[in-house]
Amino acid sequence: MTKSGLIEEVARRTPHISKKDTEVVVNTIFDSMIEALRQGERIEIRGFGSFQVKLREAREGRNPKTGEPVHISAKRTPFFKVGKELKEMVDSSEGTASSSDAPEKASA
Amino acid sequence: MTKAEIVEQIYERVGFSKKEAAELVEKVFEIIKQTLAEGEKVKISGFGNFVVREKNARKGRNPQTGEEILLEARRVLTFKPSLVLKNILNGAEHPGAESGRSAP
Repeated sequence: MTKSGLIEEVARRTPHISKKDTEVVVNTIFDSMIEALRQGERIEIRGFGSFQVKLREAREGRNPKTGEPVHISAKRTPFFKVGKELKEMVDSSEGTASSSDAPEKASA
Repeated sequence: MTKAEIVEQIYERVGFSKKEAAELVEKVFEIIKQTLAEGEKVKISGFGNFVVREKNARKGRNPQTGEEILLEARRVLTFKPSLVLKNILNGAEHPGAESGRSAP
């Protein structure tokens, strides 16, 4: 499901609200979450999970192709921790999930 | 930030009543949860992808006692933040997805 699929589904379940308005609301939800994270704020959605920004220290890495050492600057990375309810929902589900043996990776 | 604060943002920015905003926010997270529970991934452009992964059964160890235990096959949810979000968090002015990973 993509964001537009999500908007469609929300619109389908709320027939009294126009699809245009639904789209604005969905965008506002994610925009306000991004803004909170940008300010370093933690987000907690009960029953869903929490998002937090952590600082990754600068380190010396290596170009995996050439073996050449490269400097990797410190950066802020968002982390998601799944909530208990959603964790249990996902684990007890019957659907077909993508297998860990075949992770989707963009080919270089 | 909590769900109530997201509702507040919608009330302020979009002008929905708090009741309507709350209903919509509930629906959005409910749909995402149901979709993931069905094993389907949810991709939010500009934010990130939520993906359900199958983990095979494996032997583990209780880190406290060193005792060997069997971890059963299970499903876990992973979140991969979008490059746009990662760039925003690192102060990008124009956080386009095209800007490379090795940006300063």
